[in-house]
Amino acid sequence: MEPALLSPAHYKFFHIPVALFAVLIPLVGTAAFVFIMKRRLDPMLTAAPDSRWDRILGRVIKVLKIWLAQWRQPRYMTAGVLHIIIFAGFLILSVRSTTLVFLGFWDGFVFPGFGGAAGHVYAVLKDYAATAVLLACCVAAVRRGIFKPERYAVPKRYGKDHTGEAVFVLALIATLMISESLFEASLVAAQIQQLQPAEFLAPGSLAWIFRNMLVDTPITQLQSLHIGAYFVHDITFFFFLCFLPLGKHFHVITSLFNVFFMRLERGNIKPVLHGVADDQLDDLESFGVKQYQDFTWKHVLDFYSCADCGRCSDHCPANAVKRPLSPRFISIKGRDYAFNHFPLLGADQTKDDEYRLIGDVYDEDEIWSCTTCGACEQECPLGIEYIDKIVDLRRGMVEDGNVPQSLQKPLRALEKRGNPWGKVEKKRSAWVKAVAEECPVKLLEKGAEAETLYFVDSISSYDDRMQEIAQATAKTLDAAGVDFGILGKDEKDSGHDVRRFGEEMLFQDLRAQNTDAILESGARQIVTADPHAYNCLKNDYDGLPPVRHISEVLLEKIKKGVLKLSAANGDGKVYTYHDPCYLGRHNSLYEAPRKLLDAISGLERVEMLQNRDRSFCCGGGGLMLFYEPEEEQRMGVLRVQMAAAAGANVIVTACPFCLVNMEDAIKVAGMEGKLEAIDLCELVDRHTVA
Amino acid sequence: MEILVCVKRVPDTSENEIELNSAGNDIERDDLVYSVNEWDNYAVEEALQIVDKAGGSVTVVTVGDDESEEVLRREMAMGADKGILLSDDAFEGADGRGIATILKAAVDQGSYDLILTGAQADDGAAQVGGMLAAMLDVPYASLVNKIDVNGDKITVGREIEGGNQEMHEIALPCVLSIQTGINEPRYVGIRGIRKVASVEIPTLGAGDLGLDAGAVAAKVKRLDYFLPDMGEGAEMLEGDTDEIIEKLIEMLKAKGGLK
Repeated sequence: MEPALLSPAHYKFFHIPVALFAVLIPLVGTAAFVFIMKRRLDPMLTAAPDSRWDRILGRVIKVLKIWLAQWRQPRYMTAGVLHIIIFAGFLILSVRSTTLVFLGFWDGFVFPGFGGAAGHVYAVLKDYAATAVLLACCVAAVRRGIFKPERYAVPKRYGKDHTGEAVFVLALIATLMISESLFEASLVAAQIQQLQPAEFLAPGSLAWIFRNMLVDTPITQLQSLHIGAYFVHDITFFFFLCFLPLGKHFHVITSLFNVFFMRLERGNIKPVLHGVADDQLDDLESFGVKQYQDFTWKHVLDFYSCADCGRCSDHCPANAVKRPLSPRFISIKGRDYAFNHFPLLGADQTKDDEYRLIGDVYDEDEIWSCTTCGACEQECPLGIEYIDKIVDLRRGMVEDGNVPQSLQKPLRALEKRGNPWGKVEKKRSAWVKAVAEECPVKLLEKGAEAETLYFVDSISSYDDRMQEIAQATAKTLDAAGVDFGILGKDEKDSGHDVRRFGEEMLFQDLRAQNTDAILESGARQIVTADPHAYNCLKNDYDGLPPVRHISEVLLEKIKKGVLKLSAANGDGKVYTYHDPCYLGRHNSLYEAPRKLLDAISGLERVEMLQNRDRSFCCGGGGLMLFYEPEEEQRMGVLRVQMAAAAGANVIVTACPFCLVNMEDAIKVAGMEGKLEAIDLCELVDRHTVA
Repeated sequence: MEILVCVKRVPDTSENEIELNSAGNDIERDDLVYSVNEWDNYAVEEALQIVDKAGGSVTVVTVGDDESEEVLRREMAMGADKGILLSDDAFEGADGRGIATILKAAVDQGSYDLILTGAQADDGAAQVGGMLAAMLDVPYASLVNKIDVNGDKITVGREIEGGNQEMHEIALPCVLSIQTGINEPRYVGIRGIRKVASVEIPTLGAGDLGLDAGAVAAKVKRLDYFLPDMGEGAEMLEGDTDEIIEKLIEMLKAKGGLK
């Protein structure tokens, strides 16, 4: 039987077999694609090393969850659902598109495994997939082009608007969907006209609609349409393939790899240079990221993978208060640098040794503005990292001596005295005097022994107001029957934010001193009420006894009935819990503090809109307290306003830095009397039944 | 341009709790933390910036004991090329004139176009810069907050009372005492200090400098050292912000400050 229409493999145009083009287009397209990808790989090949081949199972799970299941997409419901439709459509249609490429010169080609019944099922699936993708593209184009959600806007200092590129790509995708459906629909329409058995088209699908429109069209026109649709698809397909690595749609290719290689741990900081042990750091010529090639290859891959969705910046507290930092543009600027300095045509434009990224691509204030809260990384749907890059850039600035004056003094004090205020070491345990009668605190520096070490850290040791947290912590530990002591003058600052501000060697000094003191104390577990210390001891130190946050310890004691809390009935207050970044996002400790609050019977607790892993940073702790950023308002002010909006009049934190920032913010926002801030330990202490 | 910067190791006074020793003639130094005199950091930074633009080298020098080597290393970690420690038992207890005499002897051994000192030291009397210039018989400008180098002449800005600024042209070689705020001194990290940890720093004693003990012996002696009694005159206003403001307005009105 004659085929209803000639396939591209047999069709001749003015005696020229079009199959020739069907062979040439993929050859040229693939060659161009390989060439472009090679150029994109070049900066990665000369970048710094990165250890990302460990824990393959964990990485596969990330791929299944974050890449394949698009786990983080629905955090933004509309955009997320649209993306899932397009993503799933792409996966389904990849088989169809590949088949089409072969059909151009190989009549009757069937993708291996897609013959017979499987082929018919697949045909229905791909008809609906193409239809859904086209609809999603239309909605997405209207959204981007007309409604223009705010997070896609490009502030002037970062260059031109990206809407054109986004809509252009949506148009390419739509063209692929329409041409694929027309190719098929024209054939089916011809088969019907010639009463031949026709491929079943899924009712309601794009191809089905086209077939119904074409069923009375003359065969000659159908033939032209069939061949025309084929080549529109073929050319668009290979153009799109080569266009992907030229812009934000590179993520279509890189996301799989980016998610596979994404960070598996949170709360930690990358080593100065992968593969170089701490005791060999002195031999390194240079520290941190100063020039582009100091980034690791994964960080370059991050830049390539940014889809410009703006979710990171939408949740960045620094961006929210108009500090000069928007994580999205850390990536976009990093990507554009690679595109410009490793051009597709022409030689690499590597700069001289004097050249610095800071000042040319990034600004000092931009890099110092980050509180390392981790909201950006939590939000990124394809696992881009920011904290390690920021810390690496800071390491470079620290080595160049390029540190704001406001930070130099506390850093020097940390070096000399082990605390950022330069206070005298022997005063580190001064806070115990006020509670000496109620609960004597053992001083392990004097040779006393205790099962549990309470690691106080600098701010709760020295700051007048925060000493009350230390005192409340001591009293609740005592009431819970915990045998504990403190290191006193032998304790140094944990160095948590020293490391995150890029002064790695000072951090390592502090770590060494603390590690010795802790091990010497003989304590078998460590408890702390400072999430920065908690994160640091847990994730930055090695070989310590287990570290727990006070909320876990107290909750356990309540469950065992050792610690009893009185009721809050009738205090008329509405409480809300603010998740400290280094307890929540970085260590997934969300429930224990809430359960502790709920253990106070009758306590009325509400949640802020942004809670748990979407908690909004209070303004940052550690050295961030000393930094003087350019900003329009304080992060803390936004946060206390969120608490008020939730209907709370008491904001409970579990971090001394949060408390500093909240109490300041309440004053700045003029909310004194309407809202108060209190530490979790203080609240538990008030309700402790002797 | 060859630049010599005179630096000093001083007790860090910001958070140290200063107490008198039992003899009452000095402060208790056991619990103190020392660092580079703040003004000297600005002087070293300025010297480094001049050399960056005009070429040359920066030498840092201090009069002190072995422990003063620490401040030389810190300044070398900042970028100074060379350090010289002037140390001798005979130098102990030297007054401003004595220090200037020792420094002059060191300057005479080198060939410097420009000599910078801090405007003053935390524990000093702001004497050394001027005396050193006089002894060397070279021009001197104090409280300098701006330096422009053009050829063998430099233009310096000075801060004067009332926030006014004056500019001077001054011939080289000269001595300048540097005010804070002239620049933003760079940070010195632990890594930077370690990098210069093993650099040789020559120590010169009285003999090396051709000085005899008498020439540097203090002619000004400290007689007493005490914390002044708390005077009267400060009144703390208490109450909430509104109350404090109200009280303050009343007081200002009562004394004629507000009409």
